[in-house]
Amino acid sequence: MMELLMYKLSELWYWLKDVVTDSVKLFYFLVGGLMIVFSIFAVEAKKTVDALIALSAVSLLSVLIFIMLRAPDVAITEAAVGSGLASAVMLFALWKTKVGEKK
Amino acid sequence: MRRIWALLIVWIFLSFLINNVLPILPEFGKFDFFMRAIFDIIHKSTKDNYEPVEFKKSANREDGSANVVTSIVVNYRSFDTLGEVTVLFTAALGVGILSASLKRKSFLEFDEHFVLKIATGIILPLILLFGAYIFIHGHLTPGGGFPGGTVIALGMLLLMLSDKQFKVTDVAKHTEQVAGSGYVVVGLLGMALSGVFLMNFLPTGVVGNLFSAGVVPIVYVLIGFKVGAELSSIISEMKEG
Amino acid sequence: MVYNIAFIIMGIGIYGIVSQKNLFKQLISLSLIDTGVNIFIIGLGYLEGMEAPIYSAITPVAKFVDPLPQALVLTAIVIGVGTLALGAMLLVHISEQYGSVDPDEIRVAKEVIE
Repeated sequence: MMELLMYKLSELWYWLKDVVTDSVKLFYFLVGGLMIVFSIFAVEAKKTVDALIALSAVSLLSVLIFIMLRAPDVAITEAAVGSGLASAVMLFALWKTKVGEKK
Repeated sequence: MRRIWALLIVWIFLSFLINNVLPILPEFGKFDFFMRAIFDIIHKSTKDNYEPVEFKKSANREDGSANVVTSIVVNYRSFDTLGEVTVLFTAALGVGILSASLKRKSFLEFDEHFVLKIATGIILPLILLFGAYIFIHGHLTPGGGFPGGTVIALGMLLLMLSDKQFKVTDVAKHTEQVAGSGYVVVGLLGMALSGVFLMNFLPTGVVGNLFSAGVVPIVYVLIGFKVGAELSSIISEMKEG
Repeated sequence: MVYNIAFIIMGIGIYGIVSQKNLFKQLISLSLIDTGVNIFIIGLGYLEGMEAPIYSAITPVAKFVDPLPQALVLTAIVIGVGTLALGAMLLVHISEQYGSVDPDEIRVAKEVIE
């Protein structure tokens, strides 16, 4: 039982060493890890406004991945649409429901 | 209790994807060019004579735009772009109908701030110029009609936030109607002159010039106007009841 | 490695739809699933050592990655925004008629009305 745990830990250590020495894999690892942390925050936030800002951050980080995968058309479209338009539309809708609830 | 059910469902879904789908896919980034069907599109001819295409040297191809993604979206799969324009129109129609039948009309009021006013006066012409540059040069640089229209709509949003008395009037609706039906008219002209709906009927020049690629720049200018007017009217309907 | 990132983001989006009790949060998780699927499709078309698919002074002859998935994803992003706008407007209507955006309270309010 202890040997299985030590084997899995040593596999993890060698995978981490391989990621850190190759700079393309390090880029994917950091950006991907940051995206996963922000998306968990977007699902489990207490207020809805915080979840909206985290969704906009996930959209902007995905633009970096699109540039690394050599797709400039898709990167420009996702940057213009995901950061400006989605946030503005949802913010106006949230404001309207709160104004109605205060009565 | 809900979280435990949710974790179970996500566990089943992820294990199916990682164990059954990931081994079937080809390895990430390996060169398997002959199993992909894009030889015809990259060499700009679907009739089996593959001469190599060079920047600013080859002339009179089937579709002479320098951006390969543009030539797929507007020339070879132009009917799908017509469908996408229809989907955006349906969404704007739904927002307009739902917003007019609200009983409690509440206006969102902002206070005016003089720093925002002065900064808007400096930066708004640059935003509109940048948006127009993106959709006019759609066949030479990355971009096209859809991000160009979005940047113009974001410029209208800035103007709405800084000035209390700015309203999007009926000019946006008329622009959208004219540009949307202009796309169908271009298709019908292609049908009258060459027998196929949405055919490229203007001459295609040298690959890389501004006046090249036939019908493609005209279609992208029309799409840029339509998307810009549509998104500004969606934002304006949501702001004022 | 890109495939694993896309699958995990899709999984987090599905968890958000099943377990959250606020209708606005469910709409945000739907947009997360859209983002994950777009990353997966473009990751399928990457070839090692090739450049972006535009004829220019840097690449005068064809040495491109696969441009076909990029054309499909361009349409999918715009349709995702249209869905988000219509869904937000529907939620404003629901909250005005029943008083809240919680599915349990809406069920109670519906039985009171009938």
